[in-house]
Amino acid sequence: MSAISREEVANLARLARIEMSDAELDHLSGEMQVILGAVARVQEVASADVPPTSHPIPVNNVVREDVVIPSLSPTDALSGAPASSEQRFKVPQILGEA
Amino acid sequence: MSIRNSAAEMAEALAKKEISAVELANQHYAQIEAVDKDVHAFLHLDKAGALAQAESIDKKRAAGEKLSPLAGVPLALKDVLVQKGVPTTCGSKMLEGWRPPYDATVVAKLKDAGIVILGKTNMDEFAMGSSTENSAYGPTHNPWDLTRIPGGSGGGSAAALAAFEAPLAIGTDTGGSIRQPAAVTATVGVKPTYGGVSRYGLVAFSSSLDQAGPCARTVLDTAMLHQSIAGFDPKDSTSINHAVPDVVAAAKKKDVKGLKIGIVKQLSGAGYQKGVENKFNDAVAELVKLGAEIVEVSCPNFEYALAAYYLIAPSECSSNLARFDSMRFGIRIGDDGSKGAEEVMNLTRQVGFGREVKRRIILGTYALSSGYYDAYYGSAQKVRTLIKRDFDAAFEKCDVLVSPTAPTTAFKIGEKSEDPLAMYLNDIATIPVNLAGVGGMSLPCGLADEDNLPVGFQIMSPAMKDDRMYLVGGALEAALLSKWGKPILDFAPRLAGSK
Amino acid sequence: MSLNYDQAIEKYEPTLGLEVHVELNTKSKMFCGCATEFGAEPNTQTCPVCLGLPGALPVVNKTAIESSILIGLALNCSIAPFSRFARKNYFYPDMPKNFQTSQYDEPICINGFLDVEIESDEGNKVFRIEIERVHMEEDTGKSLHVGGSTGRIHGAEYSLLDYNRAGIPLVEIVTKIVPNTGKYAPQVARAYVAALRDILRGLKVSDVKMEQGSLRCDVNLSLAPSGSGELGTRSETKNVNSLRSVETAVSGEIVRQANRLQSGEKIVQETRHFLEESGETRPGRSKEKAEDYRYFPEPDLVPVVPDNKWIDELRKTLPEKPADRRKRLQSEWSVPEKEMTAMVNAELLDTVEETVKLGADPTKARSWWLGEISRIANERDVVATELISVTAVAQIINLINQGELTDKLARQVVDGVIAGEGTPAEVISKRGLKVVSDDGALMKAIEDAIAAQPDTAERVRGGNIPAAGALIGAVMKATGGQADAAKVRELLLKHLGQ
Ligand SMILES: [Mg+2]
Ligand SMILES: [Zn+2]
Repeated sequence: MSAISREEVANLARLARIEMSDAELDHLSGEMQVILGAVARVQEVASADVPPTSHPIPVNNVVREDVVIPSLSPTDALSGAPASSEQRFKVPQILGEA
Repeated sequence: MSIRNSAAEMAEALAKKEISAVELANQHYAQIEAVDKDVHAFLHLDKAGALAQAESIDKKRAAGEKLSPLAGVPLALKDVLVQKGVPTTCGSKMLEGWRPPYDATVVAKLKDAGIVILGKTNMDEFAMGSSTENSAYGPTHNPWDLTRIPGGSGGGSAAALAAFEAPLAIGTDTGGSIRQPAAVTATVGVKPTYGGVSRYGLVAFSSSLDQAGPCARTVLDTAMLHQSIAGFDPKDSTSINHAVPDVVAAAKKKDVKGLKIGIVKQLSGAGYQKGVENKFNDAVAELVKLGAEIVEVSCPNFEYALAAYYLIAPSECSSNLARFDSMRFGIRIGDDGSKGAEEVMNLTRQVGFGREVKRRIILGTYALSSGYYDAYYGSAQKVRTLIKRDFDAAFEKCDVLVSPTAPTTAFKIGEKSEDPLAMYLNDIATIPVNLAGVGGMSLPCGLADEDNLPVGFQIMSPAMKDDRMYLVGGALEAALLSKWGKPILDFAPRLAGSK
Repeated sequence: MSLNYDQAIEKYEPTLGLEVHVELNTKSKMFCGCATEFGAEPNTQTCPVCLGLPGALPVVNKTAIESSILIGLALNCSIAPFSRFARKNYFYPDMPKNFQTSQYDEPICINGFLDVEIESDEGNKVFRIEIERVHMEEDTGKSLHVGGSTGRIHGAEYSLLDYNRAGIPLVEIVTKIVPNTGKYAPQVARAYVAALRDILRGLKVSDVKMEQGSLRCDVNLSLAPSGSGELGTRSETKNVNSLRSVETAVSGEIVRQANRLQSGEKIVQETRHFLEESGETRPGRSKEKAEDYRYFPEPDLVPVVPDNKWIDELRKTLPEKPADRRKRLQSEWSVPEKEMTAMVNAELLDTVEETVKLGADPTKARSWWLGEISRIANERDVVATELISVTAVAQIINLINQGELTDKLARQVVDGVIAGEGTPAEVISKRGLKVVSDDGALMKAIEDAIAAQPDTAERVRGGNIPAAGALIGAVMKATGGQADAAKVRELLLKHLGQ
C-alpha cells in the first residue's frame, strides 16, 4: 500500500468536517500509515468471487404502513438545540449552497 | 437481602415483600455513594426517576398487580442508550448536557418490566475502545484492581456489577464491548444475535455490528434481563421478527450431555496469556465432565476478522457520527457570529470528539472514499462473508463454539493508550461474532495464575439460537461454583467503604 | 458580437439531460411516521428519526415504495428484483443526518422511456425520452436566511431551520442523455416535464405542484459543434420550478454556452442556479475540491425485493396513460388534434374533461377555458382553475345552450364570478343579465335600426342578406348586448320580407 500523506489526511478531515491542527495531522498521518498497513490484510482473501456482506442477518422488505404517528412537540424537538428562534433551529450563516 | 445477592434472589425477596423496591434502590445508591468515587462506573445518577419508578412498583405490588419477574430490581444503563429527559453523553464531550426527548426501545422495555434504572454508566466515547479510557469524563477502574482497566467500551456497566453497585446492567457490543468487560471483571455478559434486541435509541457506532445486551453477575440473571429486553421492534428495520428463544429455561436447565462444543483453533495460541489459556482449558474439562462432546474446529478466516472490523466499524461510524454537527443538539463551539455553519461544525467536531473517535472517523472516511472503497470497505465486506461461512461450517459440526473471551486479563490503565493496534488486539476473539451477527456470551471461568485476575470464557451460538449459550453457560457456571465453593466475585478484594 | 438563440443553435447541437425530483404525497414521511402537510407551523412535523437525533432509526414507508414502482411502470421501466438504499455522505445543515438516505447503484426502477410530442415546423413531432432510473430518497429541511440586506443566503447573519420537510419521500427520475433535439431542445424539455407531471398526477402519487416545490427539475445541458457528434461539457441548472422556466433555462443555457464557446472559453462542469425573476442562471459557489459522497449500503435498512406478485398487483391499478386518454377524449369529443394539443399544453385537459362531465358541450368548454378564462388568468398571472370553478363554468355553458345567456352576457357572468360576486345564478340576478327575448322590445329596436339606416334596409329587402349584419349590429348595440343575436337576425329578416 502506498503511503498516506499529510495532505490526504487533511482532505479526509475536510470531508469529515473536523478542524485539525498541524500537529494533529502529523500525528494522525503516522498512525493511519500503521493502521492501514494492518487492515490492508483483508485484500489477501477478498477475491472477486466472494460476494460482499453488508448486513449480518439477511432480511428483505421490512416496511411500515403509511400511517401518521404523532410527532414530537416543537418544544421537545428544539429541546436539545444549541440555539433556537421563531420555533426553528438557529444556526450560523450557511455559506454556499449544496 | 444484600446487594451481593443475585437479581433473581432480589426479585424473589421483592415478590415476597421482604424488601421494597425503594429500599433496594436506596441500598444500591448507598453502595454507589461509598465506592463509585474510586470505581467511577457511573456518569449520571437519576435518583429521582429511579425512586419514582421503585415507588410505583411497590404500590403496584401492594395493590396485588401482576408484575414482571424483574420488577423493582435496579439496573445500570450504559450511557449509549437514550433515556428521555436523562442526560445521555455516550462518554463524549460532544453530548455534554444533552437530554434526549425520547426513550430507546430497550429503555422503554426496561421501564415496562418495572426495572429501576439507577443511572447511566461510563464507556469509551461512542463505544470506541476496549478499556473505558476513551471516556471524555475520565476512566472507570476495575473493582478487582483499581489501577487496571474494566474493559471497554462498556467498562462502566461491568464495573458497576462487579462493585455491587447494581445487580443488572445493559451494555452494547459492537466488537466485544459487553463480553470483554465481562471477562476482565468476572461478570456475565451476552451479545445477542444481531437483531435480537432493538437498536432504536442506541446511539449508533457501527450499525451493522452494534447490539445491546444484558449484563449481570449470574447466567440466570443475564437470561432474565435478556428476556425483558429482546424481541421484534417495528422501529428497527434490522430487528428480527421471530419469537425470542426461551433463554431463562435454558439457563436453568444445566444439562449439556451430548452437546457438541467446538473449540476454535484460531482463537488461541500466540497473543493469548498463559493463565487465560489454562483457565479456559480447565473450563472445557468441566464441560467434558458434564458430558459434553468436544470438537476442534477451524475457522481460517477469523485471522482477518480484526482487519475487516477495523474497516467496517470505522466506515459506518464516519457516517453515523456525521450528525454530531452542533446544529440540532449537543455542544457548539466557536459560534461568535462571524463564522459560517461549516466552520462552526469543524471547530465543534475538533473539540467535541476525542482522539480515538477522530482516528476512526478519518480511517472510515478513507476506507469509503472513491478510489479506496473496493480495496478497503469492499474487501472487508467480503471477509465478512468468509467469516460467516466459517461460522456456518463450524455450526454444522457443533452446537456452540467456545474460546477465551479476551486474550489477556485486565491491563493497567494507560498501558496501551498510546498504541491503537495493541488496544485493538483485545477484541481479537470477540469480533468474529459481531461480523457474523451470531450470539456471544462471556462468563467467568477463573483467575489467571500469574496475576489473580479474572478470565472470561466465551460461548458462541448460531444466530437466533441464543438459548444454547445460556444452556452451556448455566451448566458451566454451576460446575465452577461448586468447584470454587463461592461466587468468583467473593475472591475479589473488598472495596473501601463497600457495604 | 454575441449570438442569439437562432445563431447559437445553428452552430451548436445541444444535448439534454433532465433530473426531476418529485415529492410523493404519502401521509407520512419516508422513514418515520411524521405528517407531510405542506405549510405546517415550523418543526411541528418532526421526530427523532427525521431530526437525525442520536439513536434514531429509519423504517421505509411501504406506500413510498409502491408509488415508486407505479412511477416506474408508468414510465415503461423494469422494476429491479433487488434494490437497496445507500448513504450519500455530505454535510449540510438542512440535512439532519449529514447523509442523505438515497438509492445509488441499486435503484428500484431502471431503463424506461416516455414519448413526448411537440409542435414543430413540420407538424407534431414525437421525441422518445429514455429514462435511466427512478429511485427513492428523502427531502431536506428548509432554511430561512436572516439578516443582511439581500434576504438571500449570501450576507445573511444566521439561518433558521425548519425540518418539517426533512424526510418527505422523494422520487428522483433521471433521463439518459437526450440527443438530437436540435432547436427544439427547450420545447422537448418542457414537454417532457409536462408529460411527466401528467403521468404523476394521473397516478395520484404526488401533488406535482411546481410552485410549492413538490416537483423540481434540474436541467443538464451541453453543446457540441453541429455535426461533430461530440459530447460537450455539461452544466447542471438546479431547481427550475415552472414549465416556462424549464424552457427558459434550456434556451438560456444554450445561448450562454454558445457564446462562451464562440469566444474560445471552456464550459466549466458546474452547478448553476436558475433565477426565477430574470430567467438567467448564475453559477453556484464553486467548490475548491470535489465532493466525495462515500456511498455505501445503508446498514439501518434492508433490501427492497419486490416479487412479481406485488408488482403485478400494482400494475393492475395503473390508470389509463395520458397519451391514450388524449386519443380517447379526442374521438369522444370530436375535436381537432390541434385543439387537443392546445388543451394539453395549457394543462387544461383535466379541467375541460371535468366541465364536460358536468354536462357542458366539449367545444364550448374548450373555448371558454382556453379563451376568455385563460386570457384573464394570464393577465393576472394565476392558474385558470384558481379563478373560477369547473362547476361555475359548466353552469354558464349550460345557460348559453339553453338560450338564457349570450356569449357576451356569459363573459360578464364569468367576470362577476371571478370578482367574487357569487355563483353564476347570483351574478345574473345581481347584474340583471338576462337575454332580451321579449319580441316587443326587440321589434322596437329593429324598427329604430331600420329607420336609422333606410338604405341598408332597402338592400336587404332586395335580397342582399349579408347587408343585414349592420342592422343586427345596431340592434345588439341598442340592447346592450343582452339580445340573442340569432333571434334578432330572425326577426329582422322576417320584418324585411326575407
Ligand atoms: Mg438525488
Ligand atoms: Zn419524523
